[in-house]
Amino acid sequence: MPVVEIENLTKDFSIGFWKKHPVRALDNLCLEVHEGEIFGFLGPNGAGKSTTIKLLMHLLHPTSGTARILGRPVDSVSMHKSIGYLPENPYFYDYLTPKELLTYIGRLFGLHRPALSKKVDALIEDVGLERAGNLQLRKFSKGMVQRIGIAQALINDPEIVFLDEPMSGLDPLGRMDVRRIITSLKARGVTVFFSSHILPDVEALCDRVAILNRGRLQEQGALEEILKVRIEGHDVILSGWTEQHLSDIRQFCDEVRPMGDRLQLRVNDPQKMEGLLSFVFSNKLELISLNPIRPSLEEYFQSLVGSR
Amino acid sequence: MVGRILAIAGNTYRENIRDKVLYNLILFALIMIFSSLALGQLTLGNESKVIIDLGLSGISIFGMLIAIFIGISLVYKELEKRTVYALLAKPVHRHEWILGKYLGLLFTLLVNIAVMTVGLALAMLYTGGIQAGGYVRLLPAVYTIFLSLALITALALLFSTFSSPALSAVFTFFLWVIGHFGADLRSFAELTKSAPVMWLCRVLYYVLPNFSAFAILDSRSILRGTGYLQSIDPWAIWWATVYCAIYCAFLIALGISIFMRRDFK
Repeated sequence: MPVVEIENLTKDFSIGFWKKHPVRALDNLCLEVHEGEIFGFLGPNGAGKSTTIKLLMHLLHPTSGTARILGRPVDSVSMHKSIGYLPENPYFYDYLTPKELLTYIGRLFGLHRPALSKKVDALIEDVGLERAGNLQLRKFSKGMVQRIGIAQALINDPEIVFLDEPMSGLDPLGRMDVRRIITSLKARGVTVFFSSHILPDVEALCDRVAILNRGRLQEQGALEEILKVRIEGHDVILSGWTEQHLSDIRQFCDEVRPMGDRLQLRVNDPQKMEGLLSFVFSNKLELISLNPIRPSLEEYFQSLVGSR
Repeated sequence: MVGRILAIAGNTYRENIRDKVLYNLILFALIMIFSSLALGQLTLGNESKVIIDLGLSGISIFGMLIAIFIGISLVYKELEKRTVYALLAKPVHRHEWILGKYLGLLFTLLVNIAVMTVGLALAMLYTGGIQAGGYVRLLPAVYTIFLSLALITALALLFSTFSSPALSAVFTFFLWVIGHFGADLRSFAELTKSAPVMWLCRVLYYVLPNFSAFAILDSRSILRGTGYLQSIDPWAIWWATVYCAIYCAFLIALGISIFMRRDFK
């Protein structure tokens, strides 16, 4: 059952001071997001991702087309009781502490003490801000602001959450925390709609994706179908090798680079990869790492846009 | 709906009271009120009048500065810092947000005026010679100042829905100055022999905010019973209240209609 339905959504912005002319930010977007899934909304910077989410949040008025969330139009205020939203590069009232901010947002949803206080404390703990609960937001790092942004998006136990670039500004640990929060939301049956231009995040989380470029939908569907992510080869790092092994190893590899007691290898052919692994295990060499080499989203977009 | 408006108003009040600019303005106002004690010494037998005149002027001018400086950035600052994005995606109507912001600033002004009034009353007490009724009559005088500030705030809020703080400040201040010449515009319309000028003056008189409508009470009214006979006219205060309510409602409704159409890019 679709919880987000977008039909021919178009948004033009007027630019220019004297002679205003329209610039199309979003062009006839048609999209569906299903209940309980993690939906990735992908695209390079300026693709129209944030514009789409702002249209869904009723922060922008569409030029044409319609959008419905949970079966209700986006300008329905009662519908907004059931959704959560994290803006891109969020900024909140910096004179408030996280507890004050979440209490304020909770009151807008009609929540009251003592249930609200419990909810606030639980959310602060969930996003890892226990130690900063009474610190004003003006003293927060970008990553901490992002975390409190996620917390405020969840204060009402939403049925669907819209996260605009939720990993932006987070360190690796922070990104892991956000991934954990997103997967836990899915486990609770919450639909997650999140935009990103970082492929690993999308690959790790999403059931389905839509790809947007220059305001137009390029693809929509299951991740493996859409991205058609091609593994171009593997990067391998070995240790415990000797000069005697080297000539045998070279026959499996496209590149061989000694780095002290380690050996960095590039293998493009999957069959040769199998041969290399057999050789490594039979000769009891130590496999330090094995990483698939994939094109970046940017490279994918270059190929996608270039082919059209 | 009321709960959401009150939550937004409460947060606006909290924002204002955590702003250092506000405390600087209140400090200057209190300095001005207490410096009137020194000026009062220079007059002969008119100390109380000078203190009350200067005190009320201080409350009015610094209240106006607070209303303009905070009012012009009420909406603009939220758009500039994008704090409004997360808020308006919540179950909040845009008109509720505007009303909440307005009420929050009104409450801030009320508290500030109360502080400045207490300062003035202390200065009057220090001078002595003022009957108990004088302190009571201070309240309607301060109330009419509050009405004028409510109108200034509504003007500043309206401008802040579509223009930058600098332009909003200029527009609001300009209308505040012109608004004090409402009675003069009316008189000029009656005296002029040019029909277009007469109509222009009449239109301006009825359209522009008339701040002279709030100049009902002064030191003479307050010091009644100590040699001054001017009395307080309750009907004038009532009409000033009605005028303020209608004009503010119109300005806020206009501000809301502009804000409803806005795109938050």
